[in-house]
Amino acid sequence: MAVVKLQRPKLNFGEKIYFGALIKGFILTMTHAVKSLLGKSVGAETLASSGLGVTMQFPEQRWDDHLPEYYRGAPALVTDEQGRERCVSCQLCEFICPPKAIKITPSEIPSDDPWAKVEKRPLEFDIDMTRCIYCGMCEEVCPEQAIYLRKDYLITGLKRADMVHNKKRLYEIGGTRVGLVNKWNELK
Amino acid sequence: MDILQIAIILVKIVTLTFLVVLPLVPLSVYFERRFSAIIQDRVGPNRVGIPFSLLGFKKDFHLFGLVQPIADGLKLFLKEDFTPAHVRKAFYWMAPALTVVPALITVCVVPFGSPISIFGHTEKLVIADLDIGPLFVFSVASLSVYGITLAGWSSNSKFPFIGGVRSTAQMISYEIALGLSIVPVLMYYGDLNLGTIVKQQADHGWLLLPLWGHDATHTLSSKLLFWFPAAIAFLIFTISIFAETNRMPFDLPECETELVGGYHTEYSSMKFAMFFMGEYAAMVIGSALIITLFLGGWSIGFGLDAVVEKLHIGDFYYGGFIHMGCFMTKLLAFILFFILVRWTVPRFRYDQLMKLGWVVFFEAALINVFLAALIVAAPQLQAAIIGIGSVLLVILTAAVIWVAKVSEEQPKILRA
Repeated sequence: MAVVKLQRPKLNFGEKIYFGALIKGFILTMTHAVKSLLGKSVGAETLASSGLGVTMQFPEQRWDDHLPEYYRGAPALVTDEQGRERCVSCQLCEFICPPKAIKITPSEIPSDDPWAKVEKRPLEFDIDMTRCIYCGMCEEVCPEQAIYLRKDYLITGLKRADMVHNKKRLYEIGGTRVGLVNKWNELK
Repeated sequence: MDILQIAIILVKIVTLTFLVVLPLVPLSVYFERRFSAIIQDRVGPNRVGIPFSLLGFKKDFHLFGLVQPIADGLKLFLKEDFTPAHVRKAFYWMAPALTVVPALITVCVVPFGSPISIFGHTEKLVIADLDIGPLFVFSVASLSVYGITLAGWSSNSKFPFIGGVRSTAQMISYEIALGLSIVPVLMYYGDLNLGTIVKQQADHGWLLLPLWGHDATHTLSSKLLFWFPAAIAFLIFTISIFAETNRMPFDLPECETELVGGYHTEYSSMKFAMFFMGEYAAMVIGSALIITLFLGGWSIGFGLDAVVEKLHIGDFYYGGFIHMGCFMTKLLAFILFFILVRWTVPRFRYDQLMKLGWVVFFEAALINVFLAALIVAAPQLQAAIIGIGSVLLVILTAAVIWVAKVSEEQPKILRA
């Protein structure tokens, strides 16, 4: 192996007595301090700072308006514009879910229902948010476009039970989603 | 000594130590966190305040997070006080107290303000008006290294031990420079009583700002001439205080990157908090000493002190309290400077630290003593003697620099 000999850099007198560097350092830190107090730190603008440093101060200020289109928040079920459940409880999302956060209890749609041809709907649909990793695989795999990742990121609770989203809560988060889905088509 | 005198002394001890200096410790912790945050473009602790909403009121007062240190202290109280099985118990328990107590004892010689007077009775705003002020501070403050060393040794684990040893070595190398650097100041004032030193600065200008109070014995030119040795002394003294209090450029006994947590690795809960408190108390006392010796102590300056001292309501001369406010302002400013240095200057390597202490500061302080002596004695000497003295001083300086240069070890070339 080749030996590389490194020469320490020769310091001139000013560098040796070190005080110049100290003062430079003080100027640097104080510039940062002053700029930070005035809310003019580098990046304060783009990071939507609170006016002190580059930090956004959370409960009062939210990142919500700055969330990107592709942001993946809490997964939720959606209904169509007429309030019908899109989910047919095929359980594909339950099977694909890497951390096994989704638990579905399927049920049949009774034969006297006008949409009996759809056959199934979920009786229970639980997503354990302490397990969910927001990967979005459920959304990708869903053939009925019934589960979507919304932009909700504040999933909190005081008990483990609070962290499990049941069907009602999931529809609350999800809301409605407009668009044609084949299963509602009478002719098909 | 009658009851009244004892009562006055007790009141002074309790107020000045526990109501003035001790609250400065959490305050400086708060400043440390806020100021470092601002330097680093962050916000820092700004939430913890008085939780009025818990008591049924509408709003909480967050007070810029000023209550944060109390929350920190409470947290440390509630932590488990764990004593590892392998420690040497007696010393392990003693060490935290040994770091805090010396720092708080030194408070007693610091003059906080000019004397206040009530009903014709004058009282100095200093706990013990000792005639050996700085010497007392040095002798007691150096005891705090025992706490650190004992903590390192009694923890019976390698990183704390290295921290303790480093602290000892650092103390020895900087104590000499610390002591020597203020010799010029003491020569100039001819007094070791800190109260008298501050009084002289109030009358004739601060040591580093001698712009007022000129008279026959304190001419402007003589004061300006002494400014140079005073500035050198200030520099050496300040940097040595940094080393003495284990503050950032010299915090080798507890550097996290090398020694886990340094000498307090094995400590938890309030025992750890005591080390923390001791460090900050030492910082407060160090800045108080620097201010007292070089920056006029409680003096407001510009000839205003005489006016302030005469302020009174009836028999009550309250100027001392204004001076005390001035002293606290200066103290806080200096603590902020300490913090600024901590977040600006990177830590020294150990050999650089030793070299700085023994090769640079020790010699510089020694030469500074001679320089100051020459300047102080100059008015009484004949021109010829001053000339000889200055030539000798130049020769001495050159010799010291030459020795330092020659003795500097060249890095060995490992392979040609």
